[in-house]
Amino acid sequence: MIMKFLHKLASPPHFYRLVGRLIPWLGGLCLLLLLAGLYGGLVLAPADYQQGEGFRIIYVHVPSAWMSLFIYMVMAGAGAIGLIWRIKLAEVMTISSAPIGAAFTFLALVTGSLWGKPMWGTYWVWDARLTSELILLFLYLGIMALYGAIEDKRTASRAIAILALVGVVNIPIIHYSVEWWNTLHQGPTVTKFDKPSIHLSMLIPLLLMAVGFKLYYVVTLLMRARNELLVRERNSRWVAEMVTGK
Amino acid sequence: MTPARKKRLTLIISLVIGVGIATGFALYAFNQNLMFFFTPTEVSQGKVPNNTLFRLGGMVVDGSVSKAEDSVIVKFDLTDNVNNVTVVYDGILPDLFREGQGIVAMGRLNANGQFMADEVLAKHDENYMPPEVRDAMQKSMGEKMKGATTP
Repeated sequence: MIMKFLHKLASPPHFYRLVGRLIPWLGGLCLLLLLAGLYGGLVLAPADYQQGEGFRIIYVHVPSAWMSLFIYMVMAGAGAIGLIWRIKLAEVMTISSAPIGAAFTFLALVTGSLWGKPMWGTYWVWDARLTSELILLFLYLGIMALYGAIEDKRTASRAIAILALVGVVNIPIIHYSVEWWNTLHQGPTVTKFDKPSIHLSMLIPLLLMAVGFKLYYVVTLLMRARNELLVRERNSRWVAEMVTGK
Repeated sequence: MTPARKKRLTLIISLVIGVGIATGFALYAFNQNLMFFFTPTEVSQGKVPNNTLFRLGGMVVDGSVSKAEDSVIVKFDLTDNVNNVTVVYDGILPDLFREGQGIVAMGRLNANGQFMADEVLAKHDENYMPPEVRDAMQKSMGEKMKGATTP
């Protein structure tokens, strides 16, 4: 039953139609969550005992940093599925994830840098956390460049899947860098087995933002995947039927 | 799963494991270079290079900060709760600098074992809470928790 549904979903015309209906709903939910999270974070949450109002950049910085890691894992996972089962849709998901992941990584680096100047006293230091996150940005950009450099898109998908899988080693390094080495960046606040070291009134907007960012990724991924599918399948019958209205 | 797929799956898993092990060894070999700063204990054990710039990280000892009257030279002790190193810094301190705060200073040791800093960065901790919660926590933990130390 589930396998049958998945199998049907993985067929490009079904995916295109079903996802087209889903996108407005997911987009609306995403907007609601982001508005609630921003209002909670920027207005309702109290100022921090040490950093005052400046800590509020956490509501953009931390969710984007989480997303930069999460999207990479999804991308590498889809890459592996594409490599093993040669599913077209998985290949489309791999390349469609890369620019979104790169954007979140860039956002995490920039907001972190702007946060670092007033709190640490510097925009940038070469500590393990910051450097490994920068390498992640280069991985995303490398994947996009490699995909663009190969003419045949199925070959290109296989190449970037391998590159993405090699880069997976960076993900635990980024996450644990603050524990394995002395870094200027502080340790994890929420993503640890212990109780989060952030007050509940500040944590709730943060989680709302995190879910909102995740939905934003889902929506943009699906939109990108639809476009990519159309381009790849431009010579197939279902695209022709859709364009001409049968 | 067909044999071809199984083969590809095995290849991918071994690729990821292989890269993981190789990176693990490389990082292990470079462990010391990846440390952003040395601790006061490492300084007292003589593990730090002589006459070269390095970073020193630790907590500012309560009541150790003394400012010169006619300049911006500051003197304070850094501790990792085992050993202390005296730091001398001529410059503007970051906003988060305060007693009990974690900081990272870059500079070199002079002949008296004092650390002459060229740059001082504040390291903030992973705790976020409203000031009232902070006050309540300090009250309940008694007078031991003066300043802004990590609980």
